[in-house]
Amino acid sequence: MNTAEGSTGLKFNEPLLWERGRPGRMGLSVPSRDVAAAPLAADLTGPGPDFPELSEVDVVRHYSRLSQWNYCIDTHMVPLGSCTMKYNPKTHERQAGLTGFCAAHPLLPASLSQGLLQILAELESFLAEITGMNAVSLQPAAGAQGELCGMLIFHAYHRAAGRQRSKIIVPDTAHGTNPASAALCNYQAVKVESGENGILLPEAVAQIMDEDTAGIMLTNPNTLGLFEEHVRAIADIVHAKGGLVYGDGANMNALMGVVDMAASGLDVLHLNLHKTFATPHGGGGPGAGPVCVKKHLERFLPVPRIVKKGKAFHLREDYPDSIGRMHAFYGNVGVMLKAYSYIVSMGADNLKKVSELAVLNANYLKERLKETLDLPYDRPCMHECVFTDKQQRAHKVTTLDMVKRLMDYGFHPPTIYFPLVVNGAIMIEPTETESKETLDRLIAAFQSIAAEAEQNPELLQTAPHHSRVRRLDETSAARKPCLAG
Amino acid sequence: MKELHELNLPEDVRYSQDHEWARRENGRMRIGIDDYAQDQLGEIVYVELPRTGEVFSKGAEFGTVESVKAVSELFMPVGGKVTAVNTALADSPELVNQSPYGEGWMLEVEVTDPADYDSLMTKADYLKQLKAEA
Repeated sequence: MNTAEGSTGLKFNEPLLWERGRPGRMGLSVPSRDVAAAPLAADLTGPGPDFPELSEVDVVRHYSRLSQWNYCIDTHMVPLGSCTMKYNPKTHERQAGLTGFCAAHPLLPASLSQGLLQILAELESFLAEITGMNAVSLQPAAGAQGELCGMLIFHAYHRAAGRQRSKIIVPDTAHGTNPASAALCNYQAVKVESGENGILLPEAVAQIMDEDTAGIMLTNPNTLGLFEEHVRAIADIVHAKGGLVYGDGANMNALMGVVDMAASGLDVLHLNLHKTFATPHGGGGPGAGPVCVKKHLERFLPVPRIVKKGKAFHLREDYPDSIGRMHAFYGNVGVMLKAYSYIVSMGADNLKKVSELAVLNANYLKERLKETLDLPYDRPCMHECVFTDKQQRAHKVTTLDMVKRLMDYGFHPPTIYFPLVVNGAIMIEPTETESKETLDRLIAAFQSIAAEAEQNPELLQTAPHHSRVRRLDETSAARKPCLAG
Repeated sequence: MKELHELNLPEDVRYSQDHEWARRENGRMRIGIDDYAQDQLGEIVYVELPRTGEVFSKGAEFGTVESVKAVSELFMPVGGKVTAVNTALADSPELVNQSPYGEGWMLEVEVTDPADYDSLMTKADYLKQLKAEA
């Protein structure tokens, strides 16, 4: 295979705007003052901010050149495991950019925001339908805040039941933010190890579940990309001791329309609209992490809640058991609009197909690559699969070296060294939006890199070779960060 | 990364399952992470340690170590009360990479139960465990 899709070309270094500017240069003409000068209070005056002074063409060239350094989902595949970097169709940007939405002020009264509130209410009902859960709050800003919201609901539930608990069970294949979310609610995370085939066994949970444990946080599919087959049995064990079951729905892209999350025994579930429902993320925009609950936890959801009374939608605050507000106004509404547009444009059957194709693509990669890369858990995977560098270690080539080399082939590196339970992990999530041809090119790139690892390990150890910058000094950047502009 | 035979595993310390070491020194116990752990973690950029006076049981989490690859918990190889903390690691976390048994030490502990040390692995036993893991 040719080493890259790219050809030669000039890429331009670009100075900071402050270095580009010259005093007195302007991008627009300010009309001369036509009113009398008036003195300002002393505490309102002082030296102005240090803004660069630039012409329009300076600014346009600066940002256009920076944009040429971009590597993004609109230019290339980004197979980042656990991140669901699917292509985000442009129609959703168009819908969210309609003047009626993007010019809506958050302080508008509900009576003047009926259209927007109706869409948000409908989105809540769609998410309830997709997950099987009973009630939804769209407020949390992203996945980790959704988890925190879920844990606050656990906390409020146990407090209302009259006996707070001190622990929470978190499997070793859960998302890394889970224990942090639990700790913020004063719960001590108790780790439970997954079984030999990478999934959690009910016996392991039964051994540690007790009446001082608030519940369990499950990620399904787990971070190995494997379906947790025993969720129902585990939920029964946890419920029998008075605990609750939290579902981390970050990997929902594998399960839409296929698994009824409520029937699997979950009490709370968060979704990542920015992953599963195709809104730009990872530097491309903010997230949204709605929380879905069963009926018995609805009273704890964040306020305000959108309610319909007669024909009108209202934002209601009077829920005395609510955990309170998670976000200013009603969360990241722009993201919600794009997710709504995605759901409506896809329809129920196509959402199910999304999950089927996401799983098919990951299994295709897994089967085609398992001779090239070590596959620690050789069983059907869901939307992502996890390899290791075990076969290449003998040549002193690591996971990091291989994925740096992958950049030379025109692919963003996959997620590496995560999940922690796999030594030297290479975690690939292709998503449903990549064609078979693109997957074949990724496979060919890995095969070529594995051959290079045997024949010329130094090529990998010094990769990437074609990128604008080579290996950055991450260590100094982390030890002595320079955060000034 | 290092092959097993390239690892620096001194005889004067004992090793835990979680890749910490403990060494008897002047009636106290010094604690750190071993060469295998620092090699696996890669360049260490931050070490979070407890305050002196805190008490931990054997196996309890006493801090975290952050490398360019991952954040990992640190677990007590022996139980006891912290009598000294290596404050140099706050500004120079790279000492853990450069000298895991020397300048990269982490805690000095007044041991609660001397038997904790005897339950740790010798170099030979530890190497056996590493071979089994690989």
